[in-house]
Amino acid sequence: MDILRSRKELDQSLGARLVSWIGRVLLAIGIPAIAFLVLYQGFLFLRDSDAPRGLIALVAIIWGVGGVAILYWIFNTLVERLPDVWRIRLLPFVFVGPAMAILAWYLAIPTLRTFWISLFDRNGPPDGLSFFQLLSSDSFVGLRNYVAVFTDDLMREAFRNNLMWIVFGSTFSVVFGLLIATLADRSSFEKLAKSLIFLPMAISFVGASIIWNFIYEFRPANQEQIGLLNAIIVGLGGTPEAFPQWVDIAPWNNLFLIVIVIWLQAGFAMVLFSAALKGIPEELLEAGRIDGATEIQIFFRIMIPYIQGTIISVWTTIIIFTLKIFDVVWVMTGGQFGTHVIATQFYRQSFTNSNSGFGSAIAIVLLIAVVPVMIYNLKQFREREVF
Amino acid sequence: MDNAKRQKQIRQLVINLTLFILVAIWTIPTLGIFVSSFRNRDDIASTGWWKILPHREWQPVREIIPADLGLNPDAPMEIEGVTGTFEEFRAGVETPDEKRITWIGNKRIGKIEVQEQVWAVSWNFTLDNYEQVLGGQDFEFTRPDGTVEIVPGDNMVGAFLNSLAVAIPSTVIPILIAAFAAYAFAWMDFQGRRWMFIMVVALLVVPLQIALVPILRDYKALQLNGTFLAIWLAHTGFGLALATYLLYNYISGLPRDILESAFIDGASHFTVFTRLILPLSVPALASFAIFQFLWVWNDYLVALIFLGGNPEFELVTQRMAAIVGSRGSEWHLLTAGAFVSMLLPLLVFFSLQRYFVRGLLAGSVKG
Repeated sequence: MDILRSRKELDQSLGARLVSWIGRVLLAIGIPAIAFLVLYQGFLFLRDSDAPRGLIALVAIIWGVGGVAILYWIFNTLVERLPDVWRIRLLPFVFVGPAMAILAWYLAIPTLRTFWISLFDRNGPPDGLSFFQLLSSDSFVGLRNYVAVFTDDLMREAFRNNLMWIVFGSTFSVVFGLLIATLADRSSFEKLAKSLIFLPMAISFVGASIIWNFIYEFRPANQEQIGLLNAIIVGLGGTPEAFPQWVDIAPWNNLFLIVIVIWLQAGFAMVLFSAALKGIPEELLEAGRIDGATEIQIFFRIMIPYIQGTIISVWTTIIIFTLKIFDVVWVMTGGQFGTHVIATQFYRQSFTNSNSGFGSAIAIVLLIAVVPVMIYNLKQFREREVF
Repeated sequence: MDNAKRQKQIRQLVINLTLFILVAIWTIPTLGIFVSSFRNRDDIASTGWWKILPHREWQPVREIIPADLGLNPDAPMEIEGVTGTFEEFRAGVETPDEKRITWIGNKRIGKIEVQEQVWAVSWNFTLDNYEQVLGGQDFEFTRPDGTVEIVPGDNMVGAFLNSLAVAIPSTVIPILIAAFAAYAFAWMDFQGRRWMFIMVVALLVVPLQIALVPILRDYKALQLNGTFLAIWLAHTGFGLALATYLLYNYISGLPRDILESAFIDGASHFTVFTRLILPLSVPALASFAIFQFLWVWNDYLVALIFLGGNPEFELVTQRMAAIVGSRGSEWHLLTAGAFVSMLLPLLVFFSLQRYFVRGLLAGSVKG
């Protein structure tokens, strides 16, 4: 990498640095902007054309993917023709610029914009006012949306339900994942079992909701049950119920929705645990056995402590996942019957109710909830000292 | 010694049995809709899908017209040697010789069936459900009583093509952009490199809900809403942090000397990237691609918001959710539709499971 190091010896006068800085910004924004414009024009054309749908889809794919690739190539060619000094300064930004610009547009800046919107009433900040005019306008409500987020009845229900999702969803996914990984490791059909448990991970939430709706399907007691769960219950002499919609047992009817996520996520947990368990040195387990430990003692005293790190990271991942759960609830119950969660409230407030102030405040609460994990990630990154 | 061996066998049996039960519980829900999707509409609506297994069923052997016996339905009656009220006969009364007498219909114009229990399987399999859910044309359906009902098709083929048109670029574009960035982070030295990477790491777990309201505003201003481009860019933005992070981990681990010899030979960064790094990174690219593809294909929220207004561009997940919403009890459509929507993910999953697992182990978990 000597070519790169030489950059530091180059003349670094103020003017040159300024021009170089401008060049970088232009590149970072220019590539995505031009890519965007080119693609945009193409899409306006495609949108208005009445060719067969399959053809449009195909053209769209080639246009989109090819367009992006060609733009990188053009910008690279342009920068490579510059004098060495400029080439070395600017080339990294041809590579890294578009990614940074897109990340900034889609994730980094929206956190600030959403926070800003959350300080205003349902229509968001009005157009055409200066910063100070905005602060003194009637639309500015300060932190009132946040007060509403924590006092609104439906929001409280959503927080309670989301807590249930997080506690039961993550715990049972981890427990089943661990149980299945351990059993599969010693069974005679490990591969098949793992594939089948893992399979739901490929299924969408919408698909999974249909699958489980079918399990919970309810028919009045005098008809034949076509839902498996009710058929079993009737077979055992019980009365059939529409379980997710069973308001009498609220909030426990949420458990029938949470089961779906356990069904989807246990496979994920299992794969990670299985790999971790295979990493335990055989001598360690053998030493335990020689000392007279039972298999159950070995499991709790040796295996679990050994894979503790994996357990924590899987647990955290599923917690973040269940925190943002949306599709299952939205498709199964639409949030009715006391099943709202934070993300369905966010959707309802932002898009159905078009109360963007309230909706944005909910989004910020979600963001704050993941901040500890973000800090942990950054800490890990710093400890690795690769930079 | 023999005792210890026996104990070991029992333990093995218990392990296998427990695992088998768990696997069965995990598989039966999917199996249920798979089987149901091939049963005809009336069978699904009237009997459980497990009736495809051999089971005992009452079937009529003889019919009696109540008037022939001169019965009075308002008082207890005696039919074929058993007595009961009208309500009891409606539910079916069993005779000592293992037959069942059932009154079908109402008191006046009903009939009496003498039924016998026989082994039966409900095997009327059909592809009609798929035909109806896939096609866009109207579908004629003949009811058992002979009337013809016309139901509109659900055009899953159109939704399937839309999903493909969304999922392929939404997978390839972020990978391409992230690979360039990952290369720069790993092999180039530039100002702000550390800070930019910190941004990538920090954005890994940011929930995408945070971006939906502001991005929707931008899209409205740019008139992008309801176009493929809108949703590609959105998925690119939401998947890019993870893609960059994963590809950086992989690309920075490639052996340094290969690249240095290429530079000495006078290769440019672009050549090294396209000729050396991309081919060497295929495993990492593949595992992220599978993730992103499944994620985009299965996504509902992002599509709902950025494509929501345009029924022509509806995706498979939206189509399915719409059927659940409007015709949630038409299981012949829901089961077939669900299976169509799962077809491609399952195919990808089974053919590329190895890469998928590798990706998981490398930390492919989206924020």
